[in-house]
Amino acid sequence: MEYSLYLIPLFPLVGFLINGLFIGKLNKKFVSFIACGAVGLSFFYSAHLFFELLSLPAEARAIEEILFVWIPSGQFNVNIGFLLDPLSIIMVMVVTGVSFLIHIYSIGYMHDDPGFSRYFTYLNLFVFSMLILVLANNYLLMFVGWEGVGLCSYLLIGFWFEKKSASDAGKKAFIVNRIGDFGFLLGLFIIFWQVGSLDFATVFEKAPAMFAVGGTLITAATLLLFLGATGKSAQIPLFVWLPDAMEGPTPVSALIHAATMVTAGVYMIARSNVLYMMAPTTLAVVAIVGMATAFFAGTIALAQNDIKRVLAYSTVSQLGYMFVACGVAAFGAGIFHLMTHSFFKALLFLGSGSVIHAMAGQQDMRYMGGLKKHLPATYWTFMVGTLAIAGIPLFSGFFSKDEILWKAFSSQYGSTWLWVFGVAAAAMTAFYMFRLVYLTFYGEGRMDSHAKEHLHESPKVMTIPLMLLAVLSIVGGYVGIPHVLGGINYFENFLEPVLHAGQNLPVATHVLTSGSYSTGTELLLMASSVILVLLSIILAWYLYRKNTDLSGKLRTSMSGLHKLLLGKYFVDELYGAVIIRPIVNGSLFLWKIVDVFLIDGLINGLAVVIGDISTGLRTVQTGRLRTYATIFLAGVVVLLLFVLLR
Amino acid sequence: MEDRILTLVTFFPLIGAVLLLFVPKERDDSVKSIALIIAFITFLFSLMMYSMFDPVANGMQFEVNIPWISTFGISYHLGIDGISLLLIMLTTILSVIIMISSWNSIKTGVKGYFISMLMLETGMLGVFVSLDLFLFYVFWEAMLIPMYFIIGVWGGPRKIYAAIKFVLFTMFGSLLMLVALLYLMFMYHSFAGEYSFSILDLYKMPIPLGAQTYIFLAFALTFAIKVPIWPFHTWLPDAHVEAPTAGSVILAGVLLKMGTYGFVRICLPMFPEATLQFVPLISILALIGIIYGALVAMVQRDIKSLVAYSSVSHLGFVMLGMMALNVQGLEGSVLQMINHGISTGALFLIVGMLYERRHTRMIADFGGLAKSMPVFSTFFMIASLSSIGLPLTNGFVGEFLILLGVYKANPVYAIIGATGVILAACYMLWMLQRVIFGKITKPENEKLKDLDLREKIILIPLVILIFWIGIYPKPFLERIEPAVKNIVSIVNSSRTASEAGMSKGYKCVGDRCDTHTFTTGGK
Repeated sequence: MEYSLYLIPLFPLVGFLINGLFIGKLNKKFVSFIACGAVGLSFFYSAHLFFELLSLPAEARAIEEILFVWIPSGQFNVNIGFLLDPLSIIMVMVVTGVSFLIHIYSIGYMHDDPGFSRYFTYLNLFVFSMLILVLANNYLLMFVGWEGVGLCSYLLIGFWFEKKSASDAGKKAFIVNRIGDFGFLLGLFIIFWQVGSLDFATVFEKAPAMFAVGGTLITAATLLLFLGATGKSAQIPLFVWLPDAMEGPTPVSALIHAATMVTAGVYMIARSNVLYMMAPTTLAVVAIVGMATAFFAGTIALAQNDIKRVLAYSTVSQLGYMFVACGVAAFGAGIFHLMTHSFFKALLFLGSGSVIHAMAGQQDMRYMGGLKKHLPATYWTFMVGTLAIAGIPLFSGFFSKDEILWKAFSSQYGSTWLWVFGVAAAAMTAFYMFRLVYLTFYGEGRMDSHAKEHLHESPKVMTIPLMLLAVLSIVGGYVGIPHVLGGINYFENFLEPVLHAGQNLPVATHVLTSGSYSTGTELLLMASSVILVLLSIILAWYLYRKNTDLSGKLRTSMSGLHKLLLGKYFVDELYGAVIIRPIVNGSLFLWKIVDVFLIDGLINGLAVVIGDISTGLRTVQTGRLRTYATIFLAGVVVLLLFVLLR
Repeated sequence: MEDRILTLVTFFPLIGAVLLLFVPKERDDSVKSIALIIAFITFLFSLMMYSMFDPVANGMQFEVNIPWISTFGISYHLGIDGISLLLIMLTTILSVIIMISSWNSIKTGVKGYFISMLMLETGMLGVFVSLDLFLFYVFWEAMLIPMYFIIGVWGGPRKIYAAIKFVLFTMFGSLLMLVALLYLMFMYHSFAGEYSFSILDLYKMPIPLGAQTYIFLAFALTFAIKVPIWPFHTWLPDAHVEAPTAGSVILAGVLLKMGTYGFVRICLPMFPEATLQFVPLISILALIGIIYGALVAMVQRDIKSLVAYSSVSHLGFVMLGMMALNVQGLEGSVLQMINHGISTGALFLIVGMLYERRHTRMIADFGGLAKSMPVFSTFFMIASLSSIGLPLTNGFVGEFLILLGVYKANPVYAIIGATGVILAACYMLWMLQRVIFGKITKPENEKLKDLDLREKIILIPLVILIFWIGIYPKPFLERIEPAVKNIVSIVNSSRTASEAGMSKGYKCVGDRCDTHTFTTGGK
């Protein structure tokens, strides 16, 4: 049967081309109609394909369609081809669905911006690239999407390019991502020369025979791919670009820097689960880096004053959770959290956008407060998102986060420490999110009177997407209710065909039969994390609502720590001093000293020496007959002497 | 037609140059129009040649072999394979484009300029079609003269310095080549009992390793200066900065490729064992070039010299890929020659357009152009991204294949080389940011005219090629593959032969194989 998978990315591509080629010639209504319509069509078409896929038996749910040969060179051969399976359909649905809502929201948010058409053009290009990324049937095409979304991210972060900070942030994002991509590429080289192909199907089928489990090659390949993931998904050490990326328009932060693009690293690892299962060392690295990032970013978020920065660090932290899941070989749990996170984090960002919209661009929470009564729809939806991210039972984030925490504890790759840090990060999440809510929506308004008059709820075109995302943030979790609560994890069952190849590896079978824990343990852990979360909410309430002086006092009494957190541990400054400045100075040295002084100096010096010698010799050519005759005579004498005295 | 097409393509521009001699020099417009028409017809001829070219056939096509100075075995021997085919196409396309781009920018000595350009085109094409080493040398040298004038007469403030530096560097190299050439000629005589300069004959001659090393070095130095391989690159920034826009386009687009082409056509297949010996040295110099060029590009203040240094980096990739000596590396290398011509050509054209408006190329003089010149900025962005090697642009396919091949040959080289990909993003994006993004700080930049129709016509074909090669490179790759496979098999058979204790065992060219087995005993 023909599924025409290419149609999914084609719609946004066409939208991009129409809006891009006729930029400046179309009116706003038409532009937004094309852009939203294109993504909408993709969404509905992928929904249709989702049901098609469901109607197939589980083992047949992998549809591959090849369009044409892309790069043929000797034994190397890569196609432009797409793969639809449970993993990619989930990604496609999340991407197109959330994108669609954010496109609609953007019509309202960007309404008065002079770059309206340019914005939607970029946005469609982004959706196209993201769909290529998740639909690709081979690593190289995935890399096309991978760099493509990076480009769009660059363009959209720097959308207001007249602002230096914005274009700086765009450039930073691109370059930091390039460092990750460097790793990604090298990883591909190892895979190709070892397996002889970059097609997912072939690689995963042959890899177990071609790589030694736990060997250097597979460990190196997976670590290099993971380096790519740390760039794209903002993990330690390459997370520094994401907070700066908040310079872009807020819907962009919601779409690219929260819901979709930044999760690409998690998707890539889940897709490569077979390879990762063969490299236990890498899994450990992934889990530790993920947990360290989750914890570390969480602490930074505690002290930030910019509403979007708090959300940005929270995104970094939540992405860390997803990597923890991958690191303990619970790829399904990682993807589950990816999905719920994309709902509630898109909601939170769009909500913050609505706040910023009402505050006429103000993003500093110290000048907010009491917005609850002015922005009721925003407030209520934001509250849903907050409860979801905090992991309050019955909201989607609870199910997905709990699944990760449980796996972090119970998997053979897990450990108690992972669980402890995970719960601590979860408690911090609840704390800073409620701090954000209290500072923004409760208390007295701290804005000036002019700003106060400006306060207004956003138009329907913005609030309706918020409400839809709020619904998703609640119900999104019910596809994966843990067994211990008497539910069925439909989500993981659905993903099973993609993940079973990894799970059936000889190395893995003993790993995943983690039946050694009783349901009592699971319930106990679940309850204790929920209690900790509730306690930290109460703490936030006490500090930012009940006894607001105390938070100020705490801040002054621990000013060192506060400065450290507010300054984000000064990682940017460190990178600047240790990496960027030496490179720039070294380059100046190469140019001025090596190129101009040494090499050219040598060559010009040679020319000067030859010139000087010639000048000296030239003086012999006087043009006077007398001189020539003298020299002639001298020559004859010398020759005669030579002949006679020999 | 088969046997005339190469002559036609090569000499048609020269006919045009002769024709232009009879046009009164005051009639600038006629001169320009005739030059453009000639270049365009040449392009059409080359298209015809492209369509006649058999993509799967092995060996040389459209071969012509007419004795010229038969006493010394010199003949008018032309022929092309896929590698030369693509370089010829690049030359003819860029020639048309530079004719249009020079339309308004050249105001004095119009006639002389266009005559030089047409002569230059014949010179370049001649290098790519020659299968006779002597003929190759003649074209190689002939092309110097018009380029000398183009830089020296129509160049910038330091044009004389730059022109002389360019010529002296190149001449120095080509003298060594001449000596090597004569040595080869006598050597062939003692081998076959007759003189021959035919490259294909010389492929078949076994050369003892000792002699091979010296001859290789002489040729390699010639080509290395032209490429330029670090540290022979310092003529390049000067020549680029001083040359008029069209001169830079041709210089970067085609002239540099004559060096890399020389390696592929002569050094690799003729001296395979010497090549193998020098792989580490050349690879390391190429790596230095990649990183050094990128770093120095990063701190340039003049956009044009930034692009010039970026060429050093890109050509480093071309050399690195070539030295992988496997199909992917060499194919990527050849494709990257074409890509560099397209992307860097486009960048030089774009810088030229900026210069015509503002009479400065200093990065610090710009900023915020995206607001005043959105169309220009879009083209600038596309050309830069292709230079960075973003997927779906031409640069990616080339760089990817190069690094893939190099990884196979030596993973360490690939790892170091791949850092060049990061650095490319640094210098290009930083430059873009300072030129087209940010606020307009200089009032002169506010009212700049965006691209006009002529300028769009210049850039659009290049943008089409950027995406075409990026999205569907198959037609290009399949045409160079047979030629690349030939070279790889020649080098590899000498590798296996030398591993088996023999010097230059046998070599295959096309389907012809010669077996001359020599033991390594006597040098």
